[in-house]
Amino acid sequence: MRIALFITCLNDTLFPDTGRAVVRLLARLGHDVEFPEAQTCCGQMHLNTGYRRRCAPLVRGFAETFAPYDAVVTPSASCAAMVRDWHPRIDPRAAPVAPKVHELTEFLVDVLGVIDVGAHYPHRVAYHPTCHSLRMLKVGERPLRLLRAVDGLDLVELPDADECCGFGGTFALKNADVSSAMGVDKAAAVRASGADVVCAADNSCLMHIGGTLTRNGSGVRTVHLAEILAATREGPS
Amino acid sequence: MPTYLGMPPFPKAARDAVADRRLRANLAHATGTIRDRRLAAVAELDDWAALREAGRRIKDHTLEHLDHYLRLLEERVTEAGGVVHWARDADEANRIVVDLVKATGQTEVVKVKSMATQEIGLNEALAADGVTAHETDLAELIVQLGDDRPSHILVPAIHRNRAEIRDLFRRRMPGAPPDLSDEPAELAEAARRHLRAKFLSARVAVSGVNFAVAETGTLVVLESEGNGRMCLTLPETLISVMGIEKVLPAWRDLEVFLQLLPRSSTAERMNPYTSTWTGVTPGDGPGDFHLVLLDNGRTATLADEVGRQALRCIRCSACLNVCPVYARAGGHAYGSPYPGPIGAILSPQIRGIGSPVDASLPYASSLCGACFEACPVAIDLPEVLVHLRARAVENGPRHPLVDTAMAAAGWTLRSPGRLALAQRVASSSRRLVGRRGRIRRLPGPLRAWTDTRDAPVPPPESFRAWWRRTDGGRRP
Ligand code: SF4
Repeated sequence: MRIALFITCLNDTLFPDTGRAVVRLLARLGHDVEFPEAQTCCGQMHLNTGYRRRCAPLVRGFAETFAPYDAVVTPSASCAAMVRDWHPRIDPRAAPVAPKVHELTEFLVDVLGVIDVGAHYPHRVAYHPTCHSLRMLKVGERPLRLLRAVDGLDLVELPDADECCGFGGTFALKNADVSSAMGVDKAAAVRASGADVVCAADNSCLMHIGGTLTRNGSGVRTVHLAEILAATREGPS
Repeated sequence: MPTYLGMPPFPKAARDAVADRRLRANLAHATGTIRDRRLAAVAELDDWAALREAGRRIKDHTLEHLDHYLRLLEERVTEAGGVVHWARDADEANRIVVDLVKATGQTEVVKVKSMATQEIGLNEALAADGVTAHETDLAELIVQLGDDRPSHILVPAIHRNRAEIRDLFRRRMPGAPPDLSDEPAELAEAARRHLRAKFLSARVAVSGVNFAVAETGTLVVLESEGNGRMCLTLPETLISVMGIEKVLPAWRDLEVFLQLLPRSSTAERMNPYTSTWTGVTPGDGPGDFHLVLLDNGRTATLADEVGRQALRCIRCSACLNVCPVYARAGGHAYGSPYPGPIGAILSPQIRGIGSPVDASLPYASSLCGACFEACPVAIDLPEVLVHLRARAVENGPRHPLVDTAMAAAGWTLRSPGRLALAQRVASSSRRLVGRRGRIRRLPGPLRAWTDTRDAPVPPPESFRAWWRRTDGGRRP
């Protein structure tokens, strides 16, 4: 199986640790991933801001870049949903590629069939189900099953977990007041959970939650799910 | 919707609401309670998904053949002794109703909650011709007494708490006891006494319509308080105003919606009062019945392939109650009697997307999808929001800054080389802006981010640079 890694522009630029974690994790599970360097962005930001025409070349580029692979794995539920739900509607040439794109936890559970990835992560962790993982991809219990199998990890419940954190792409700028108010409530829920780490399948939401937490002086860290799953006793993340 | 002209765009209107702690507490409490109850009410039915699909299909079928069912409805209502009027827009509808009321010689009318009449600003139009309209729905009454605007479809006074309502009754309701407490039972009793006098003297009533059954010419109203039933039966003249999308083909279609609507809106298995009426019946109820069929932008909405699904809406307000944006921004920020997610897609369609408030509404969502999940007729609200954003960019007021940013981002992201270059620029700036791993102030439009949140410092090396340097980790 030829597996391509779709890293997403945000992870690539601001959160490279997440990508390295995916590579390490999959290598540990015995799979080589390729990184097609022609990749850039799924076009979500443009589509969601109303710039649908500017999004079209990105969709075409994505389809061309990833067409040769059997599977595409990405550490972003939001971008996976964008590709699967929207790409075929924007460009019919994307239709055969779209179903091959899997968010990391889907890829692990559904494609590779693993739950225990051999990770070790001795922290109190809360999981935030990002809206797109919850309602567009419907990843359901997959992330939780993976987390429960992590050695040393203490999974705590996040109050009102399925409420949006308020990021929403350019919503965070266009409606900054409402977005911030939502972020403050999410950060309060994270603190109330008693976790020292909050994780999710999207760095975009974590960036928003993390930025709110540190601004309010909370010591709770935000960590992408992939980095938790990649951590071992020998190589903690 | 004349009442709301000149509203500021959503972000500005929402800012005040976000800052109003009491409002946010009222909203969080009310929506949080109903949200949990709705989930429980829905979970009781194991065929909910099938019901939802049936609701979607019936509505879509009706909308596809709207001309046919509306003509059938007109025919049946007329046969039953009613008079049907067609109104292209708000002005026409108001003119029709005002003339009908004036022909009776009355100067007061009672009303049972109707979104359509709020949409057209009927109360104001009546007032301009010397007719006073009395709202009889408790929440509407609260809004009316406070010279306020409704902020929720089902609970128009959701933004008010009990103490505020008591103060309002004491000040503005003739005959309210001076020692009125804020106990719900006492408040309801005061309103009941106040309204009873209106019902007994009213000769003319104006009603809304939840559903209209084309095959029999029957109109249906669902309510909780029974005041609507008084409006529908006591007066001599009844004028019902309905948006043309409310029609259903057949009586048996009601079965689906009488399950979907109460569970989605009030989390009840069945609403307390369901009234149906068909034309006139000599010696029983109003002797004079008029039905005003309101277009007001609906056929234009129907022409939009993606956007038309908004016309499936049965005004249950489930999307409002689950919307995290509504819960913080409040209903008034949407600048229309239709607030929340449905307002964000309906108002810009029926009014057109030209004004600043309408162009801002499709952006009043984080696209979290909670509304779609809750909607009993499966309106894909995020899809329509994204669709309308594209229309706003094409036809609405331009935002030069956003245009430029999007063009620049598009140009950068079209090429991996240019993306890599931008990443290097970002990394090189990290020492200038970073402090303890977080950026506390970004320049330009990005300041909206760092006003309240820290931003991450760009790492020294992007992922693609790392991959290149180490061959995907194979080289140290
Ligand atoms: S859009 Fe759906 S959820 Fe919202 S009010 Fe209409 S029917 Fe109810």
